[in-house]
Amino acid sequence: MSIATRPRSGLTFGMRVRSMSAQTAKYTSLVVASIVTLLPLTVVLFASLKSGKEYGASGPFTPPENWFNLDNFVTAFTNGAMLEGFINTAIVLAVSLVGTVFIGTMAAYALDRFAFRGKRLATGLFLVATLIPSVTSQVATFQLINGMGLYDTKAALILLFMGTDVIALYLFIQFMQSIPISLDEAAMIDGANRWTIYWRVVLPLLKPAIATVIIIKGIAIYNEFYAAFLYLPSQGFISTSLFRFKGPYGAHWEIIAAGTIIVIIPTLVAFLFLQKWIYKGLTSGAVK
Amino acid sequence: MESSRTAAHPTATAALVAPGRTRRFRGTHRGTGRPARRGRLLRGLTPWLFLATGVGLLLLFTYWPAVNLVYYSFTDWDGIDLTKNFVGLQNYIDVFTDPTIFRVFYVSLYYFAASFAQMAIALYFATILSFSTRFSSLFRGILFFPYLINGVAIGFVFLYLFQPGGTLDTVLSWVGVSDPPQWLGDPDLVNWSLAGTSVWRYTGMNFVLFLGAIQSLPHELYEAAELDGASRWQQFWAIIFPGIRRVVGLSFILAIAGSLSVFEIPFIMTGGANGSTTFVIQTIQTAFTFRGVGLASAMAVVLLLIVLVVTWIQRKIFPDEKVDLT
Repeated sequence: MSIATRPRSGLTFGMRVRSMSAQTAKYTSLVVASIVTLLPLTVVLFASLKSGKEYGASGPFTPPENWFNLDNFVTAFTNGAMLEGFINTAIVLAVSLVGTVFIGTMAAYALDRFAFRGKRLATGLFLVATLIPSVTSQVATFQLINGMGLYDTKAALILLFMGTDVIALYLFIQFMQSIPISLDEAAMIDGANRWTIYWRVVLPLLKPAIATVIIIKGIAIYNEFYAAFLYLPSQGFISTSLFRFKGPYGAHWEIIAAGTIIVIIPTLVAFLFLQKWIYKGLTSGAVK
Repeated sequence: MESSRTAAHPTATAALVAPGRTRRFRGTHRGTGRPARRGRLLRGLTPWLFLATGVGLLLLFTYWPAVNLVYYSFTDWDGIDLTKNFVGLQNYIDVFTDPTIFRVFYVSLYYFAASFAQMAIALYFATILSFSTRFSSLFRGILFFPYLINGVAIGFVFLYLFQPGGTLDTVLSWVGVSDPPQWLGDPDLVNWSLAGTSVWRYTGMNFVLFLGAIQSLPHELYEAAELDGASRWQQFWAIIFPGIRRVVGLSFILAIAGSLSVFEIPFIMTGGANGSTTFVIQTIQTAFTFRGVGLASAMAVVLLLIVLVVTWIQRKIFPDEKVDLT
C-alpha cells in the first residue's frame, strides 16, 4: 500500500519543517476532499430524518430533531412503489447474472481452449462489438425489442444485460489463461468429455473471476437507469422508481431524500463488505 | 467523464487476441474408437455449441441494431409507419446544418473540460495516497464511494445541493455571497453545475485506477530516489508520472468519447432544460418524443463514427495497451 519512508534522522531542521508543512498540506487536502464528498450526502441524510414542518423551518445544516424519525422512509417505501422496484431489480439481477456467467464462461472456454475453423471470426465479432457504444444504438435496439414483443417486460432487460457483456467475456478469458491446460488434459485422459471438463474442471476454478464479474455487473445493473427507463416504463426498477419521485413529491424534499438514502444504503453495505473485491474487479476489468 | 458508458475496451483486445493457445489438444482425441468422420464433425461442432448462445445474443443485440441503425438513417421512418421512404443523405445534412441539433456538440465541451479537472484531482490524490498516509484506506474509500452510487440518487443529491436556498447557497452565504446565481436555472451556468456533478461522481474511478497503476511501480525506484535526496515533487515527475503516463493518456482519450455520450446526470437533473441537452438526450428525444427515428439514427451513426475514430486514434497511440492493475 504505502511506500516505505526512510528514517528521518539524517534530515536537517529545515528539511524537517518543510516535510511537516507538506504533511499538513497533504492531510488538509484529504480532509477537504472528504468533506466535499460526504457533505452532499450528509445534508440529504439530515433532510430525510426531518418531518415536513421541520424541513420547511430549518436550514440544510440543521441536524434533525429526532434522529430516529423514520416516517419519510416508510412513506417513500410504501407510496413510492420502491418495494416493486427492489423486487424487479432483484429478479433481473439474479437471472442476468446467472445468464452472463454461463454464457460468458462457455464462450471463453470455447475461445481459449479450442482450435477450430471460424475462431478468428468469432473472436473478431466480440472484439468489434466493444467498439459499438450501446448508448448510440438504442434507437434501433428499441425497434428490435418492440418487434420481438418484449417491450415493457423484464425479459427485455435480462436479454440486453446478458447479450452485451464483452467485458465479462474478456475477464473470463484472461483468468482462464492462468489455469494450466494440463488439468484439462489430465481429465481428458481420464475419459472426460468437453462438457465434463468445462463443468467439473474449468468452471470451479473460475470462481474468483465469476465473483469479480458478479460484483461489477451487479453494481452496474443495480445502478442501471437508461435501459430500465426505455424498456420497462410501466414497472418500477430501483432507478426508475426513484426517478418518479420527481413529479408527485417535487415539493417534499424530505421524502425524496428518504428515497435517495434507501437507494444508497444497499450500495454502502455492499461496498463496506466487498471493498477489496470491488477495487480489484473494477481496476482489472475496467479501463473503459 | 461517463466513460463507463462507452464500450471501447482496449484491454479486451489484448486478451482476445492472445496468441499461441490453440492446437494444444491435437491428438488427445485419438483412439477413442469412434468412427473417424463422425468424430471429426462432432469435434468441429463442439466449440460452436459452447459459443452459440454468446454469439447469437451478440449478433442479435449488437450487430443487428447497428446494421438497422445505418439503414434507418437513410429513411424518414417515424418508428410506427409500415413504409420507410428512402431520403438519401438528408438526415445527415440535417444533423450538421440544423443549429438546434449541432449545438448539442458544444455542450459536451463542458464535460470534456471538466474531465481535465477530474483527472488532475484523481492524479493528485492517487499520488499522495501512494505515499505512507494515516487512514489511507478510509480516505480511499471515501473518495471512491461516489462512483458506486446510483445515478438517479446522485441526481437528487445534487438537485438538493443546487436548489435555491439549498446547501451550496447556505455555504456561500457563510463566506458573504448573499446573491447566489441559479445554479441549474441559468443557461450560462447549468452545464458547469452538471459537469461539476459529473466530476464528483467519476473522479473516484480515475483515482482508483491511477492509484493501482502507481502502486504497481517498483518500490526500489522511490527508495533509490529518496537516498539521492529527491523531493516528493521530483519523485512525482521523475518516477510516478512517466510510469503511469499510459494509463493517464488512455483515460484522457476515453474522456473524449465519454463526454460525447453523457446522458444520465443532465437527463435526471434538468431533463435537458436551459440548454443542458446533450447529444444522447437529443437523440433519444428525437427518436421517442418527436418520432423521428430516421433522423435520430443518423445522429446515432454520427456519434458511433466519432467514437470509432477516437478509439482508432487510441489504438494508434497505445497499440498494445495492457493495463493490469490488480
